Amino acid sequence: MTATGQAADTASTTQTRLQVDDLSVRFHTDDGDICAVDGLSFDLGAREVLALVGESGCGKSVTATAILGLLPDAAEMTSGRIVLDGTDLAGLSRSQLRALRGSKIGMVFQEPMTSLNPVFTVGRQIGEVLTRHLGHRKRQAREVAVELLDRVGIPAPRQRISEYPHQLSGGMRQRVMIAMAIACNPSVLIADEPTTALDVTIQAGILDIMRSLRSDLGTSIILITHDLGVVADIADRVVIMYAGRKIEQAPVEQLFSQPQHPYTMGLLGAVPRPGMAAMMHGADRRLAEIPGRVPVMTAPASDCSFHPRCPRAADRCRSLRPELEGRGHDHRVACFYPGEEGGAQ
Amino acid sequence: MTPVLEVTDLVKHFRVRSGLGDSTAVVRAVDGVSLRIDRGEVLGLVGESGSGKSTVAKCIMRLIEPTSGTVRLNGTDITGLSRRQFRALRREVHMVFQDPYSSLNPRMTCGQIAEEPLRHHRIGRRVARSERVGDLFEKVGLNPQMRARYPHELSGGQRQRVGLARALAVEPSLLIADEPISALDVSVQASIVNLLLELQQDMGFSCLFVAHDLAAVEFVSDRIAVMYLGKIVETTDRQRLFAEPRMPYTQALLSAVPVPDPVEQRQRERILLPGEMPSPINPPSGCSFRTRCPIAEPQCAEAEPLLAEVDGDAHLAACHLIGPAGEAPKIRSTVERAPPP
Repeated sequence: MTATGQAADTASTTQTRLQVDDLSVRFHTDDGDICAVDGLSFDLGAREVLALVGESGCGKSVTATAILGLLPDAAEMTSGRIVLDGTDLAGLSRSQLRALRGSKIGMVFQEPMTSLNPVFTVGRQIGEVLTRHLGHRKRQAREVAVELLDRVGIPAPRQRISEYPHQLSGGMRQRVMIAMAIACNPSVLIADEPTTALDVTIQAGILDIMRSLRSDLGTSIILITHDLGVVADIADRVVIMYAGRKIEQAPVEQLFSQPQHPYTMGLLGAVPRPGMAAMMHGADRRLAEIPGRVPVMTAPASDCSFHPRCPRAADRCRSLRPELEGRGHDHRVACFYPGEEGGAQ
Repeated sequence: MTPVLEVTDLVKHFRVRSGLGDSTAVVRAVDGVSLRIDRGEVLGLVGESGSGKSTVAKCIMRLIEPTSGTVRLNGTDITGLSRRQFRALRREVHMVFQDPYSSLNPRMTCGQIAEEPLRHHRIGRRVARSERVGDLFEKVGLNPQMRARYPHELSGGQRQRVGLARALAVEPSLLIADEPISALDVSVQASIVNLLLELQQDMGFSCLFVAHDLAAVEFVSDRIAVMYLGKIVETTDRQRLFAEPRMPYTQALLSAVPVPDPVEQRQRERILLPGEMPSPINPPSGCSFRTRCPIAEPQCAEAEPLLAEVDGDAHLAACHLIGPAGEAPKIRSTVERAPPP
């Protein structure tokens, strides 16, 4: 993205916590290179919940691992700057980065079972974060761990603290993960599909905890999800990704009421809404489909990556790459024919 | 008319070893489920993980033997039948699985996979079967050239189409779809839902659609049954369930599903349930939902509420607190919502 675009983004939030600028990540595989993320920029304001939305393979999880400095060996960050509370992460050593993870950035993953160590008690794992990053003594760490479990809504935290992960249900494990992630009161929490593996009644509780983190502790949250219901519930702003690029960004209400990119419109039309079936009869009872599938990018896009699936695709889309442009307040879209009427501006 | 499927008092208890030594415990996975599906009807079976919905599906398929109860397929009880006797009825019910990666044999081509039920039931000669597979591929929206491909060469959505072609090859009267879309991406989910509805209207089979995704269940089903801890707690037609849920669990479940509309979602009243579903090894006395129910009363711990008519036989619910005229018990929203941004 251009420098002017970045400035426009920054202006919308009073205080920027995290700034990602022109991030590109490439995977080196036996079958050649894959561009997982291509020129992605966004920033996260204080107390903001930013949703990164897209289908599998769009690069949203790779973005999270790149921010955390946890990219696998096969991946290479070919460009980009990540600035957290004024510190450029690129200038940091491995150990400095490690100190940052867990203290200033917390993370929560989709599968809480594989992210917790099965041979240590919950208390010990939370305690480790506190002793390592905050220099707490053992007893003090234990007390704080009890408080943290209480804060994420785990009943009887004094008993729970000496239990092992396998003794907890999926929802409880995810709460433990959140407790660990917020142990050092990080300014940014990255949550990668935090509720995808959970039942809806449990999901509602986890989303409430994230809401209270934002309001009580002032945590800024990057929420990675494919669930538009979750986005509607908790996000302030939304970034839609497709094939490694940001294709649309808007405040949440505007994104749902006036989606501009045909892919965003497709996604919104593909999810059933309550009461929708009752209004459709016989062969009319259909959801909007997006034909085809997400392409695997072997080189940075030189055209619109969505054009093979797009009902509006024209010659221009096949030969030129649309860049992000403003469409109203803080609403940006990368499409030559955006909006309901296809760009008659 | 004989229903295509009639399940009566289905019970499936698993014995598991518990703790150290030889002590065993009983998991009451399915504990007295009755349901029926008429010809050409789609019944949605919803519930959270551990509610027993997949076990019901497997009992109907006879992938597992029920502990007790009967499963009637087009009027014939299949629970007591020997393998040989069941073989003839096997044609009548087929299944699509959740995971399109593990439910297709990786060593067979997609054409062979779709043809297998035809071969198994000795239907048609080789040429006729091959033609039929070609037709099936077209029906499920796959290029006939895909027949020579192996499952690993296909995307998740394409694999699920192969699974549908296999399940429908012998024109069963009942299709059991166990979480058929939950492993797929949003846009692919839409196309599989559309395909399923299209095929169902076209071929007229009945369908048991098992899923935890309420929005999808509402979209495809004519009637819906809600399961909690091995039991059906409420069942009625689609409109009524969503408009007038009676059982407190159903009310809470519906309120917990986020609506993809920020303005509406942030104004909705929600009922937040405390705790989690109890273990089916040691279910609570009386009403199994009482431990999480926001309005449980002492009587709920004493007797188990039976599935009873609340609005004629079209709407059944199991709750002591439903009023004499079938009124839903009032639950005040337990969550204060922040105003929209």
